[in-house]
Amino acid sequence: MQVIQQVAFIVCLAVAAFFISRRVRRIAGNIQLGRPLSRKDRPSERLKKMLLLAFGQQKMFDKPLIGLMHFIIYAGFLLINIEVLEIVIDGIFGTHRVFAPFLGSFYGVVIGFFEFLAIGVIITCVIFLIRRNVLKIERFHKPEMKGWPQMDGNLILTIEIVLMLAILTMNAADSLLQLRGTDHYAVVGAFTFSQYLMPLMAGLDTGALIGIERVGWWLHILGIMAFALYVTYSKHLHIFLAFPNAYFSNMEPFGKFENMSTVTREVKLAMGLMEDDGADEGEAKFGAKDVTDLTWKNLMDAYSCTECGRCTEQCPANITGKKLSPRKVMMDTRDRVEEVGNYLSQGKTLAEALEMGDALYSDRYISKEELMACNTCNACVEACPVSIDPLNIIVELRRHIAMEETGTPASWNNMFANIENNMAPWKFSPSDRFNWVEELNK
Amino acid sequence: MDNSQHFKAPLMADLAAEGRTPEVLFWVGCAGSFDNRYKSVTIAFVKILNKLNVDFAVLGPEEMCTGDPAKRAGNEFLFQMQAMQNIETLNTYGVKKIVTACPHCFNIFKNEYPGLGGEYEVLHHATYLQQLIDAGLVKMQGGGEFKGKRITYHDSCYLGRANNIYEAPRKVLEQLDAELVEMKRCRTKGLCCGAGGAQIFKDAEKGKEEVHYERMNDVLEAKADVVAAACPFCMLMLTDGVKYKEKEGQIKVYDIAELVAQAEGLA
Ligand code: SF4
Ligand code: SF4
Repeated sequence: MQVIQQVAFIVCLAVAAFFISRRVRRIAGNIQLGRPLSRKDRPSERLKKMLLLAFGQQKMFDKPLIGLMHFIIYAGFLLINIEVLEIVIDGIFGTHRVFAPFLGSFYGVVIGFFEFLAIGVIITCVIFLIRRNVLKIERFHKPEMKGWPQMDGNLILTIEIVLMLAILTMNAADSLLQLRGTDHYAVVGAFTFSQYLMPLMAGLDTGALIGIERVGWWLHILGIMAFALYVTYSKHLHIFLAFPNAYFSNMEPFGKFENMSTVTREVKLAMGLMEDDGADEGEAKFGAKDVTDLTWKNLMDAYSCTECGRCTEQCPANITGKKLSPRKVMMDTRDRVEEVGNYLSQGKTLAEALEMGDALYSDRYISKEELMACNTCNACVEACPVSIDPLNIIVELRRHIAMEETGTPASWNNMFANIENNMAPWKFSPSDRFNWVEELNK
Repeated sequence: MDNSQHFKAPLMADLAAEGRTPEVLFWVGCAGSFDNRYKSVTIAFVKILNKLNVDFAVLGPEEMCTGDPAKRAGNEFLFQMQAMQNIETLNTYGVKKIVTACPHCFNIFKNEYPGLGGEYEVLHHATYLQQLIDAGLVKMQGGGEFKGKRITYHDSCYLGRANNIYEAPRKVLEQLDAELVEMKRCRTKGLCCGAGGAQIFKDAEKGKEEVHYERMNDVLEAKADVVAAACPFCMLMLTDGVKYKEKEGQIKVYDIAELVAQAEGLA
């Protein structure tokens, strides 16, 4: 019996590892479809930012109560992993609570602490489920959240509750078995919280208890494996990507938009500030039409998005009912890069893959109407708890519209013409620019 | 107070002809040069510079749009054309320090021109005024009718979130004999006026409301008598918002330079 369990466990572990690592490689490959961008400068500042934002969850505490609850789930997740390590060792070697002999009486304290976290996680997840589904908080019910994204949020909270209940049930059954002196169940004493579940099972015979303990154990560890795989398909990828994403985030002032070097060259040539050195830039592209025109950081941003909607909640365009939603910009970017990645995995070349399906800038994903509504106000960038920059993507797509497609609205084209001809966005004569001085001494 | 004072706005070209380079270039900007309402901000600021005997000049007809609206709209070509021409002018005159009342001009000089060969010390007038106050040069014990008035400051996105300048304009306002109140959306969470990103140069997309009307709800909620702006576009949008809400009788929109000039008896 024991050996069968060990073999089954190792097989499950291997299967999970196979699928998870395949998925991780796919995501890494998809992110690398982006243009190069160097984010190697200022390592110590970057480290600090990562510690504050990802470890310390600084931005989450903008909403203190939510921040605290999210922190409980986060701490629970991090620390319960220590217990998972024990479970994995037990699973492979057929041991039971392998850490107990090393920790002695302290073992009970540690497990008690994990149980405390488990209770915290259950309570928090229940509150979050209520918040998402009953309280109708607006940002969770925007159009882009319909269907799968909303399911995703609920599913993960439910899975977490089930996993935590499995631990508690398992521990309670275990304690009873210890009391009965059952073989294999070394005595480590009842645990802080699960002891209250013990009376519920006290009437069962030892066989049933072993059954419950085993089911709890398997449910917990299989659940965790499934969860780990599931996470890679969901918004919950942020639990890993929040760290590199904060580290590689933009350290410049938010107001600084990159100067396009391809344009600098052409402008210098046009203005006679530079000799044509004959260097052919090839088919230089101006701005982004599809995901491969964005940088790898834009794509990492997309995979890191938690779909929390804090950006959209602050977006002046969205607040006033325009179609633009920075969260949707991130979700669309991820969906499109996933789509391209899927075609690639079917053996298509990159050029073929990009031809299939609609580009990122299209009515299927991000439309012109959405892009034109942006105030470049940086409220979304400021609000994002995982250092995502939706504005950067919006600007790149706008550049495509303005320079490749000349598809900007007529009034903008007028403004461009005015700047070019009159040196001001309005149609005033440049020679009138200093006329205000006549009013200086009135 | 000397009412007979004659205010001057020297031109860079004239000073250069005399072989002089002023300490500060006041960059007026397009709105500061052409917009009827906003021109008075230019004038107020020039009066302050005069009163403090600051060695400054303006470019006058030689100034050109910095290219900000083009850049935010996605037209990088036009932006860089403008930038290179302006940089040529500025470098020819050997400009070292630029002060401007426009956060968009400020942002572009500070963050985007250096990469194209235009490196200057750049200050927004909020920071500049704050420095003058800190140095004890501007005292503001003079005129102005701010006693008992409620003033609220509307954060400009290109000063605040774009460049982390939240306190300087507030410090300036604190010097006035008035009550400074905050709107519910302020500082990092301040709501845009709706003009940025070149929005002011086109109609808004389809929606329920104009952004600046939405912002007026915050102004009304704060029960402000005066809305202080530090950006020409915010000022235009807020002024229009007040008009839309038919509150022109009760609520006034001023730039912080105008408020300082009033308090200094220069208005
Ligand atoms: S920068 Fe654009 S997308 Fe982001 S909050 Fe402002 S208007 Fe919305
Ligand atoms: S971009 Fe950031 S703020 Fe917006 S939904 Fe994603 S994680 Fe939340």
